Amino acid sequence: MAEDTHSDESKAVAGVSASGSELAPGTTGLAVISSDAIENPGFPPHHVRVTDEDPKKRNRSARTVYSLFYLSIAGSIFAVAAYMAFPIESGAFEAIRANNLFVGLGITLALMGIGIGAVHWAKTVMADAEMADDRHPVRGSVAARERSVEIFKEANEESGFGRRTLIRNTLIGALVAFPLPAVALLRGLAPEGEDPVHLLKETMWDTGVRLTRDPLGTPIKASDVTLGSAFHVIPEGLKDLPHDEMLDAKAKAIVLLVRLDPNDLQEDENRVGWSYDGIVAYSKVCTHVGCPVALYEQHTHHLLCPCHQSTFDVTRHCEVIFGPAARPLPQLPIAVDDEGYLVAQSDFTEPVGPSFWERSA
Amino acid sequence: MKNPSTSPVPRSTKRSRKKGKRHPLATAALLLVGLVISGGAYAAFNTASATAEIDMNSQETIDQGQKLFAANCATCHNLDAQGTENGPSLIGVGSASVHFQVGTGRMPLSYQGPQAEQKPPQFTEEQTLQMAAYIASLAPGPAIPDSSLLQGDGDITRGGELFRINCAMCHNVAGAGGALTEGKFAPDLNGVAPVHIFEAMLTGPQNMPVFNDANISPEEKSDIISYLLFIQEQPSIGGFKLGSLGPVAEGLFIWIFGAGAIIALTVWITARSN
Repeated sequence: MAEDTHSDESKAVAGVSASGSELAPGTTGLAVISSDAIENPGFPPHHVRVTDEDPKKRNRSARTVYSLFYLSIAGSIFAVAAYMAFPIESGAFEAIRANNLFVGLGITLALMGIGIGAVHWAKTVMADAEMADDRHPVRGSVAARERSVEIFKEANEESGFGRRTLIRNTLIGALVAFPLPAVALLRGLAPEGEDPVHLLKETMWDTGVRLTRDPLGTPIKASDVTLGSAFHVIPEGLKDLPHDEMLDAKAKAIVLLVRLDPNDLQEDENRVGWSYDGIVAYSKVCTHVGCPVALYEQHTHHLLCPCHQSTFDVTRHCEVIFGPAARPLPQLPIAVDDEGYLVAQSDFTEPVGPSFWERSA
Repeated sequence: MKNPSTSPVPRSTKRSRKKGKRHPLATAALLLVGLVISGGAYAAFNTASATAEIDMNSQETIDQGQKLFAANCATCHNLDAQGTENGPSLIGVGSASVHFQVGTGRMPLSYQGPQAEQKPPQFTEEQTLQMAAYIASLAPGPAIPDSSLLQGDGDITRGGELFRINCAMCHNVAGAGGALTEGKFAPDLNGVAPVHIFEAMLTGPQNMPVFNDANISPEEKSDIISYLLFIQEQPSIGGFKLGSLGPVAEGLFIWIFGAGAIIALTVWITARSN
């Protein structure tokens, strides 16, 4: 058997590797013959495995390997059987779960059996002689290098790449023009025929637009908003827009409406008229990257963004008190109309949401 | 002091050890069984006594509630329920608020902290209702909801939409709860009694905002409860839910067990066989 010659062979291989960093004479390679500070230690002493010494153990390892392969076959068959035994036609959640679970288990067994079996085979049964396979020189022979230059010259002549300049230049032109559609396609992501900067700066809110409940669209009376209440608000009429437009408009116009004790509010002089009897409305779009900020704590008056923990203080015009947001949430100036419903005094006075290049001023 | 009567005891234990019939964990198992049985009996007794029906408007109930209030709540909320610097005024909070706070064990408060935590209730349902009746008698406020709204037979589609708009940002889309600022958190809603969910929406306990009937109507609240009951009953198609907490729990799992398995396999593949 192979084991008899095995140990001699490995020694011979080890002997070669001790001087392995030197090149055989006569080769014209680029390989650097380095005089390393650390000497090549050669191979570690050969380690004889129990399966090399004991034929019983070797046979047992072989049995393990083919058992794993049998297990893999069984797994594949099980997966097919499970697919038929646990159909998902009923659409019931349990059926989908059982199907996924058992088909998955079968496929796992099939793949793991092959993988583990192959590794176990290589580790315990296959010959494990250490050997070094030196890299061949990187540089080609002089003749090969000259021939390759010739090939380029011949190709240039035969194709006429250098001679027929019109063909060459139009090809270069075609390659330059090729990426242009991508520019048009990317521009097409913004709404057609409209200035995206303008769209980012404007929302559906306007003078006299009523504040309505999300998602029902029913108007809100100031008296409905009791102390500590939080209303999730959309502008009146948003609900009646076509679905796509509605989503675009809603993404910008969502507002959180809360009522605080008016004594808790610390309002700027120029914003005193923006609230109504302790009721304030703020954009729900985070000024960091645009997540909906709506985790309102009614006693601390903190408004928390769930994405990056930016925290805004509702008592001080949603000033940032923690987290990565750079600006306070924009406030929607509100008032009450003749019928007692809450309305917007105007659109937001600054663009809502995260920064963009053209945002300034 | 040694007397003959103690000698059989060590001998008998020695014998049983020799036979090796008693498992070392037997004592612990026996203790556990005992605890489970007594705990179960206590819980069964508790739920049995919680089904008491009392007249919330009778003077007797209110008087009983006042006594309980004076003995258990007045230290912080003052004898006339006007509040002290340690506890808010309870005038006008209504019976729903008392039933929620006492019924979920949040009150009496065990210690001043970021928020009152849920713990086993300290009072029976009857005592809780008596205190609720007393507080409700002081000033009008949100009342304990009618049981017809708590059956879970509402419109789960509408309930789900309302839940996602009004509740999911704090309580998680699966109702599994989530973190707030400075140690506060929105609790897990799984297993919370429908009546307590309704009362929490109505009264806004701790830092939760109020969702009064003008904002979310009683029928809509019933829909939200129906949705929550529905998602609790649904099995998880994707296997383990890992608490439905989303990327944190799932990421932690895959980093520890997924990456761990890859490392273990790599070590096994590259290790020399003996």
